[in-house]
Amino acid sequence: MIHEASSLSVIVFLVFAGLVVGISFYLGARAKSASGYFAAGGGIHWAVNGVAFAGDYLSAASFLGICGMIAFFGYDGFLYSIGYLAGWIVALFVIAEPLKRLGRFTFADALDNRFNSRGIKLAAAISTLVVSCFYLIPQMVGAGALVQPLLGFPHYVGVLLVGCIVTFIVMTAGMVSTTWVQFIKGLLLVLLCLVITVLILMRGVNTDPKVASEKAGAVQPRGVDAASVTGAPGAEVLAADGGWAALPYLRVRNTASGIVRTWRKDADGTLSATQTLTVLSDGRKLANGRPQGKGEGQDDLKPVGYASKLPGGVERTGSLGPFEFLQTMQESEVILWGSDKVTGSDGAVTTVYFQKPTPGGDFMTPGSSPTFRKVRSDKPSDKLDFLSLMLALFCGTASLPHILIRYYTVKDQISARKSTVVGIAAIGFFYVLTLYLGLGAMTSGTLDVTDSNMSAPLLARSFNEFLFAMISAVAFTTVLGTVSGLIMAASGAVAHDLMTNFLKLKMDEFQKVRAAKIAALCVGVLAMALGITFSKMNVNFLVGWAFNIAASANLPALVMLLFWKRTTKEGITAAILVGMCSSLAWILSSAQAFKDVYGLDPASALVPFSQPAIVTIPLGFLVLIVVSLMTKPAAEKIA
Amino acid sequence: MAGLDFKAPVSREQEDAAVVAHNTRMGVWLLLVYVVFYGGFMALSAFRPAAMAATPLGGPNVAVLYGFGLIILALVLALVYMKVCRKSGQGSAA
Repeated sequence: MIHEASSLSVIVFLVFAGLVVGISFYLGARAKSASGYFAAGGGIHWAVNGVAFAGDYLSAASFLGICGMIAFFGYDGFLYSIGYLAGWIVALFVIAEPLKRLGRFTFADALDNRFNSRGIKLAAAISTLVVSCFYLIPQMVGAGALVQPLLGFPHYVGVLLVGCIVTFIVMTAGMVSTTWVQFIKGLLLVLLCLVITVLILMRGVNTDPKVASEKAGAVQPRGVDAASVTGAPGAEVLAADGGWAALPYLRVRNTASGIVRTWRKDADGTLSATQTLTVLSDGRKLANGRPQGKGEGQDDLKPVGYASKLPGGVERTGSLGPFEFLQTMQESEVILWGSDKVTGSDGAVTTVYFQKPTPGGDFMTPGSSPTFRKVRSDKPSDKLDFLSLMLALFCGTASLPHILIRYYTVKDQISARKSTVVGIAAIGFFYVLTLYLGLGAMTSGTLDVTDSNMSAPLLARSFNEFLFAMISAVAFTTVLGTVSGLIMAASGAVAHDLMTNFLKLKMDEFQKVRAAKIAALCVGVLAMALGITFSKMNVNFLVGWAFNIAASANLPALVMLLFWKRTTKEGITAAILVGMCSSLAWILSSAQAFKDVYGLDPASALVPFSQPAIVTIPLGFLVLIVVSLMTKPAAEKIA
Repeated sequence: MAGLDFKAPVSREQEDAAVVAHNTRMGVWLLLVYVVFYGGFMALSAFRPAAMAATPLGGPNVAVLYGFGLIILALVLALVYMKVCRKSGQGSAA
């Protein structure tokens, strides 16, 4: 879909972006030392740090990815909300206080506290860089998705815009400004989502999306008699050649206009309308058979998303309570959309978006999305992907470098504990709201069938332009805050762990500052390149991969360091490297990577399921235990 | 950023080993409580997905109730942990 920018959106966006950069400059000028730059001098109040945790954690994936997945597939997106929140329990009960006790600036500091090992410093720094880069991809993809409807720029311009602003912020400021930016946006994000949830409940659910919003698309025809289509004046049925042969579609050309319309043959023998996006062999795009655009003689994909049946046969429910809304969705039928990609004999590639009337009893339980479909399979081995992802989400939060370094910004262990509890409250509340936001978007009539990541901003647009501008701007600053935290973690790993502690480079103050800035710049450029490369993937799925790698590489080392006295430096180093490499190799050999990254047949994937955590986390523990038992414990350094 | 000093000394907290051990023990127990409920959710979703569609209270189904329950339980356990943790130098509940 082509989205039109509005001047109001641009103004609100510029105000927010200017505010963020201004705060960064003002506070960045006050960060005069390493402690100030990397850990805000340990002087952040626990309540502020707690909300900043939420701002840091509620990233593009949480906001855009989860809402998009719920809007397109239902409850399955909420599984991510549950897993993301559960991970904070591990962070609070196991990691928070020891990490604050043992570390200074980076994750490697805490791991290396007892050993002073160059191997641990190197392994932990590499792990931080890899996890940060994987986590950066979805943030940048999300940024592009936001800027597209907001400013009317192409996706890659959004990625470049965010990348440049964030890299600039991190290079000029540090952890103090990052913390305050995250605090402000975390607070605003939760409050704005609460406002939108209230509006969703007040609007209720309707079978005519035009009642819900004037921006909504019209109801798409279903149950159409095939004879009325093929027998219409000037209708010419096209042969089902090429990739069309095996699919249930009927293509009809109007001999007067030359426009081809595609219908889906349903099981009851009737036809339902589809939407098509065709890329011709010369690169031109057709939307629903016409050149894609908003001008005369052009066409574009239509916004979708509405209930086709409501409980009691009513056409609109009116205002609903929080539980009443969920119950209504369970008892309704909603038009969800699937897609098929077809290559014709002329080389044109057409993506057909078709209607899928889906009962609430189906989409309000696990297994309705392609990601989790196998939980409904009878084969126990098919459940492994789901179990592995839920394990990764549970274990991954407490292993994310940009989350871990936030524990160094408060003064003591009690503050670390308190700030985590505040973070859990804010994040938990937000995740409850995601279910309402996603289901609200599902029935808002404004969904873009080509991009699930834009569901939440478009939901806001279904209410009014100002709310759309506000939520997009806040979400944009959310991306800024998370990305700046990630680049902080990565530049700390390079300047502090690798250059100063591992390589023992002799640098004066100016050189050290320059090293940190160059590291931030390099990571920023890399993030932009990755964000453009992976632009079509659901950001939530990409974050799942980052959690897998973080949990596999870092958690075994952290946990065993705290709870097993026989742990050796060799064991920790080996566990980090094996956990990281094995999870990375598994992900790159998975069906999902074959399909979405390489464009190959997923059936030829080298591993049986896409999420590696259920294998690679135990592997990390096993390697650590075996290597530690085979090596001699060093005399402990006093912490 | 002038004066970037990676070797600057960082003040350390006064720590009581008994308090650290107590807090660690409490954390592990509470984590286990949560793991039981989270594991139950994973098992039910994976092996009895149809059971998640039941509506025992007549309103939202088990999937929604269990999901909300896990989020609320996380906050409750976090508050319990705050209550049972001890401060160094006091030796009693904070």
